[in-house]
Amino acid sequence: MSLVNFTSREITCKIVYYGPGRSGKTTNLQYIYGRVPEDRRGRMVSLATQTDRTLFFDFLPLELGSISGFTTRFQLYTVPGQVYYNATRKLVLQGADGVVFVADSQIRQLDENIESLQNLQANLLEQGIDVRTIPLVLQYNKQDLPSDLILQVADLEEQLNFRMVPAFGASAVVGKGLFETLRAISERVLRKLSEAQPA
Amino acid sequence: MTRTLNPRFSFDTFVVGPANQLAVSAARTAAENPGVSYNPLFIYSASGLGKTHLITAIGARARELAPELRVEYLTLEEFVDAYHAAVAAGHGEAFRSRFTDVDVVLIDDVQFVAQRLETQAELLRLISHLLAQARQVVLASDRPPRDIEQLDERLISQFAGGLVVDIAAPEFESRLAILRRKADERGVDFEGAVLAAVAEYNARNVRELLGLLNRLIAFQAVNEGALTVEGARTLLGLESVLQEDVETEEGVPETVPPAVDEFADFLDSVGSALARQVDAWRKRIEESVEYWDGRGYRTKRLERLLTEETPLGAEQAVRAYEADVEHLQALAADMAELDPPRAGDPVFRDPERIDDAEAAVQEAREGAGPPPGPAPHLTFESYVETAGNRVAVTAARAVTTDTSVPYNPLVIAGPNGVGKTHLLHAVANALAVRPEAVVACQSAQAFLDQYVDALERNRLEMWRARHRHATAFLLDDIHLLSLKPGSQEELFHLFNALADSGRQLVFSASGPPDTLDGIDERLVTRLQGGLVVELPAANREVRSVVARRELNERLGTTDDAVVAYLAEQPDPSLHTLVEVIQRLAQELEASGEDLSLALARRVVDGDAAAVTRPARRSRSSGVVMSPLASVRSPEKVVWRWPHVGDRLIEDMR
Repeated sequence: MSLVNFTSREITCKIVYYGPGRSGKTTNLQYIYGRVPEDRRGRMVSLATQTDRTLFFDFLPLELGSISGFTTRFQLYTVPGQVYYNATRKLVLQGADGVVFVADSQIRQLDENIESLQNLQANLLEQGIDVRTIPLVLQYNKQDLPSDLILQVADLEEQLNFRMVPAFGASAVVGKGLFETLRAISERVLRKLSEAQPA
Repeated sequence: MTRTLNPRFSFDTFVVGPANQLAVSAARTAAENPGVSYNPLFIYSASGLGKTHLITAIGARARELAPELRVEYLTLEEFVDAYHAAVAAGHGEAFRSRFTDVDVVLIDDVQFVAQRLETQAELLRLISHLLAQARQVVLASDRPPRDIEQLDERLISQFAGGLVVDIAAPEFESRLAILRRKADERGVDFEGAVLAAVAEYNARNVRELLGLLNRLIAFQAVNEGALTVEGARTLLGLESVLQEDVETEEGVPETVPPAVDEFADFLDSVGSALARQVDAWRKRIEESVEYWDGRGYRTKRLERLLTEETPLGAEQAVRAYEADVEHLQALAADMAELDPPRAGDPVFRDPERIDDAEAAVQEAREGAGPPPGPAPHLTFESYVETAGNRVAVTAARAVTTDTSVPYNPLVIAGPNGVGKTHLLHAVANALAVRPEAVVACQSAQAFLDQYVDALERNRLEMWRARHRHATAFLLDDIHLLSLKPGSQEELFHLFNALADSGRQLVFSASGPPDTLDGIDERLVTRLQGGLVVELPAANREVRSVVARRELNERLGTTDDAVVAYLAEQPDPSLHTLVEVIQRLAQELEASGEDLSLALARRVVDGDAAAVTRPARRSRSSGVVMSPLASVRSPEKVVWRWPHVGDRLIEDMR
């Protein structure tokens, strides 16, 4: 973890948006990018394929300015969701301070959600991190789709949120629930600061 | 555990309007008479309408009116985390007792209790307990109790038993008042109708409203000339959304919500989350300082953190500190094994001197710990030199000034109470000022006790090493080793080792070596191999000087008649003389009389029996007596008095 640098009085939090392919992770970052004043955001780096699938990862640095005497930076990353990019996912996940799991609310995507959640757990474990200890927030995206295509939040909670972490219904294309998600993960990450080890 | 309340959130800074009037009145009542009415008070509203502000204001107001009140503010999530942590650590009861002394409990974001059955049970138990004690409970949620999913019916009825009150979105006038107040606080003036135009927009919550205001302020700051109503509307894009009413279906908006400053809101919440952490850390350090200071450990290191503006990383600092204390405790335990008296050394109480503590233990482990030293007050300066003891004193001085070790060993012989011990310690003190000097100076009784202790602890080698690196070795009352073959054997080898390497040896004895009973011949001959000087019994002159000095030291006064009377006493022992003066001092203190001959006579006569009974005292000079030696008979220790029956049987044998 590289959360706090006492010498330069800086806090840097790395938050990774994880989830199955096409669940809306990049859209999350794009929406946030659009809401951040220019002077507070770095260039959003997106490495996408021709069909707009994330090939490597997206990266959005946010400058939150001086908070309680610390220059605070958030770095938001997404992982490629497709199953065969697991090596990249592991790489991006390294040193993450918090994870937002973006689930796709569509009924037909339930298995992919579960598989991706298991993949997250396995990849974290490989880095010696217990999924129960890292700050984690769930986001049930695409709640704006017709209700016969999607699972309701309560059903998704039952299927995915067995760890009872904070969860938010969201619609990334219209921006609903995205900042709530970001706020929740940020608060959890910051709360963990007091237990963090210095760099 | 009380979290610091955000000082910005008070009733004074809360804009009251028809939408929140009832909630504010109830909150004020709860704050001013906690536990009396509206208990529990359940406040609900959509996000950003001031729930947190209001319940924080209750805490602040209650504490303002009665500073002794204990107010605890926490979010439900913190409650859950603390509860889980307590259960995991097996301290469920401690968690409960955390709230037993709290007068006002404020719980925010209660809606997160939805579906958490265990937490609901714990919350129910807590609220029932607090209500039974007439403590004020205030809860805030983003929805009414009935709408919280799977909320226990008992909790619902408990909430309903107090007052459930909502805060609605502010109407136009309240919005305008909020905008005006905030603009005022920021020191920004707008043209009359600008704020009204903004207020016309039906903001869903106060945060959204403030986001709009922030944009106006930012725009006005960088543009010359005041903002017009049209300019403000254009800037905020209000024309397009004024009439727009975003309907939701199953909680999901069909259209894009208005572009409020979500990032500013996010910054706000991150800022307050971090500020909360900083407060929590500060609290953590204070508690730790109090705890460890109370246990005698130096806490400077933690206190320094408190002086920092933001003691970030306190938890790890406290943990590091505690780890160091633990390490110190282990070192002190090691030291207690190796060298018990040194385990009380201050280095074992100061985590900043952990290196010194480690070095001390290492030193002790290698036997390099300093051997027992001389009593600092027994010096040549305070020694009374007379014609009778001049030879002895001159020889003793020569030992300290002549580095060629002229008399080795020097044996100071003489009966009890003639000043042998004083002279021996005076030599030791004089030798100790030499550079790199390691002077071992102790009574034979202490030597014996330590030898037994070393045997018992299996640390004989260490004990020996400690003595063997001494540059001078002085042993008082060597006759006490009479018939102690083990100690004599040790002393014999030590003697040889030290003498061979040219170290000074000094002994005191009750008589010349060849007159000592029970001392091994090979030791006697070695003692005779140096210089044996005899101290005569203290004559009247010596006793006068000693009496005058002791009176001066103990009473701060002296009296010629008393000095003469004390010096004339038949018992020549200086110990007896000092003892009488001690009693005299006690008597003076008890009676409040002035020093007089009559009083001295009374003390001496009263002590006559004791004074003439020398056998009552130990034969040792007593200066470096081990505590064990003075209580060798169990009968002297009242709490170990033998059972009378045992004694009879013993006598019958």
